[in-house]
Amino acid sequence: MTETTPTTLPAQSPPADPAGTAKARLSWWRGDGGEGAKRNLGLLATLAVLVVIGVLTRPDLYGDASWVWGNTLTILKLASVVGVVTVGMTFVIIGGGIDLSVGAIVALAGVWCTTVATQSYGAGGMIFSALTVGLAVGVVNGLLISYGRLVPFIATLAMMVAARGLAAEISDKQTQVSNNQFINGIASTDVLGIPLLVYILAAVVLAGWVLLNRTTFGRTVAVGGNPEAARLAGINVRRHTLLLYALSGLCCGIAAIMLTAQATSAQAAMANLYELDAIAAAIIGGTLLSGGRGTIIGSLLGVVIFSTITNLFAINGLSTEAQNMVKGGIIVAAVLVQQVQFGSLTQFLARNRATTT
Amino acid sequence: MSAPADAVAGEVVLRLTDVVKTFPGVRALDGVQLEVRAGEVHCLLGQNGAGKSTLIKVLAGVHRPDSGELEWRGRPAAFANPQAAMRAGIATIYQELDLVEDLSVAENAFLGHEPGRLGFVRRGHTARRTRQILARLGHPEIPPGRLVRHLPAAGKQIVSMARALSHEARLIIMDEPSAVLAHDEVGNLFRIIRELTAQGIAVIYISHRLEEIREIGDRVTVLKDGRTTAANLPARDTPTRDLVARMTGRTIEYVFPDRPADAPPRPELLRVDGLTRHGEFADVSLTVRAGEIVGIAGLVGSGRSELLETIYGARRSQAGTVRMGGRTLRPGSVGAAVKAGMGMAPEERKSQALLLGEPIYRNVTLATFGRYARLGFTDAGRERAAAGRMAAALDLRPRDVRRPVRTLSGGNQQKVVVGRWLLGDTRLLLLDEPTRGVDVGARAELYQVVRELAARGVGVLLVSSEVPEVLGLADRVLVMREGRVVREAPAGDLDENTVLDLVMAGSLMEGAPA
Repeated sequence: MTETTPTTLPAQSPPADPAGTAKARLSWWRGDGGEGAKRNLGLLATLAVLVVIGVLTRPDLYGDASWVWGNTLTILKLASVVGVVTVGMTFVIIGGGIDLSVGAIVALAGVWCTTVATQSYGAGGMIFSALTVGLAVGVVNGLLISYGRLVPFIATLAMMVAARGLAAEISDKQTQVSNNQFINGIASTDVLGIPLLVYILAAVVLAGWVLLNRTTFGRTVAVGGNPEAARLAGINVRRHTLLLYALSGLCCGIAAIMLTAQATSAQAAMANLYELDAIAAAIIGGTLLSGGRGTIIGSLLGVVIFSTITNLFAINGLSTEAQNMVKGGIIVAAVLVQQVQFGSLTQFLARNRATTT
Repeated sequence: MSAPADAVAGEVVLRLTDVVKTFPGVRALDGVQLEVRAGEVHCLLGQNGAGKSTLIKVLAGVHRPDSGELEWRGRPAAFANPQAAMRAGIATIYQELDLVEDLSVAENAFLGHEPGRLGFVRRGHTARRTRQILARLGHPEIPPGRLVRHLPAAGKQIVSMARALSHEARLIIMDEPSAVLAHDEVGNLFRIIRELTAQGIAVIYISHRLEEIREIGDRVTVLKDGRTTAANLPARDTPTRDLVARMTGRTIEYVFPDRPADAPPRPELLRVDGLTRHGEFADVSLTVRAGEIVGIAGLVGSGRSELLETIYGARRSQAGTVRMGGRTLRPGSVGAAVKAGMGMAPEERKSQALLLGEPIYRNVTLATFGRYARLGFTDAGRERAAAGRMAAALDLRPRDVRRPVRTLSGGNQQKVVVGRWLLGDTRLLLLDEPTRGVDVGARAELYQVVRELAARGVGVLLVSSEVPEVLGLADRVLVMREGRVVREAPAGDLDENTVLDLVMAGSLMEGAPA
């Protein structure tokens, strides 16, 4: 091919100059998402405001440093399970889809890994079965959407109903108690004063960030905003769609183990409405519902903001109802802010294109 | 011909004087004159991009002219929106019929102005009036309650006309109405048009088929580059040569790079045999040699873009084969085509080729980022370096590859798409309307890039609705009409008029008595 390339055009194989590689290595950690970083600063500011409200309403509690540390860990622990699910959800939404079945997958995986038969294989068997069930359900979702050409909303809505049904069938609508001390210990163990659940969340977030921002897989996820362009560039969009839902299912499997450990039991109704929490957190975190844009860190901040609000209401002894109203308001406010920032420009361009025929 | 000879003597209902309409970067209308009389069929003729669509939209109240006068039934008029134009009595039947598929015939006919009482739609009354209008159109057999979805294309067109009549339209604009119709249905359309004009309704008729214009038209106005180049020519007696001449002979001369002197023939790169997709194109065979630029001329709807996308595997062929370097490609697989060395710059740059919010370098490396990666980990630094070299080679402006692609001009966006394939092992470049939305200066640069690529052995298959572009850039030209290749010749053996004649010849009317 080299001889057919114009001389003025650069060589097509990447050069092996050491200076460039060193520079490249430096740039490995420097993200490209300037917009994303700005949005995340906004989310941190929101978080700060929430903390200030906490300080103002309960100065007595915030005067105690050890209480503050403990409360921070409580918030993070509260965020951990939904956080893991949200990482998977973020991938799916950036890839141009949606996964309504995450709560149901968590329930199915939780119930499956706590049956008497599974528990007889010990902790390893339980973890393996939860991850496998989550992955398998995700693959089914992915197959229906990528090769069955179902709309993601419909496919995962059907899966949401079906997986909960299967979970109820398996558990016979009973609460299945986990007798495995290792599994139950996951929720009660602290390492260096920090709960193990928080480590798991951190690990999943880190893995998700690397996967999205530094791998070829992540690059193909990011073209979710324009799958047609990706397809015409020769990218196998279907296979990547399948992998996205498989990834979401795997995250649900991890979350199922965490949630089962917290409750020391599993039942068909567990992880109720997690799909909405995860979608809401991703949206607040700046993920565009139409795909193509979003960050893992933003989604994590979204989850933490939600659990901080829950915590704020709890320490002030307020009702969950009021809490939910505030959450709803925050979702609307977050989306409105984003539309002002980015929507105006893209709409302007779209309008121009529409009129110049 | 049955059209009354004195129709032209009707009063002037519409008069446009020096109408100008600009969009950012484009002067779509640049001094349009138009005079339409009651009871006449006034034909608008012009190449793609001549401004016909914009003119229709000005008349329909979609766009407001920047300057110039619009006189409607003797008074200056300005339509604030499509509803206002409708109320004034101007109805437009767009090429893509704007009917609601899941509403009934009657509901579509009276959409937006349903006869009602106290907020309730008078369904019986609506149905009755629809039936009357359909009878007036000679189609009493269409049931007003039938869903539009279940009607054939010709029936849908009747419903569009019924909608126009439900508004008591004095002027009906028809944008290529025959494009969706079969042969015998065109005769019926003409019969209806004659009945409408006999009732004093004026019709603006747009078509690329000269034979149709001769049969149904009274007078012709020709547009070119947004200007009226000839007004009120007699539709039946003006020689075809004259009409075509008024449509061409552009004011802007494009600069095309010189063709190389006779080069030794290079090996064949692409061979397409009997490629067919029903309803789009049939039995197309062509070849492209290494270093050769092959151009396809044809109108929108001639099947040229569909053909290109099928060769590329973005659409699956129903018959025929595509071979690259002697190896047959799997139909319907873009991956296989790219692996075999094809790359495409699709027609709709923004929706089909670019990730507008992503930085330039990510768009440039979209097809190749895998080869800058190690063990599945991408390397943004090396990608940026490669994209930067490509940006320098193509003289991309701005040079900073971290800027989002949406901030670039059309010409530079196209360079990004071309650069994407140059980074890969692309041996054959498929270009679909490469200069759409690209200004004149940038066009010359793009032509230069394409010619330079060919000189280095890359094969190019080029589709364009601009005939001068195909003739000026390509070595060999294929003319397509209604899904078939009707002529193949070296570009030097063809001129613009010949190609336009071929492109627009009304195969529908072939064999009909002249």
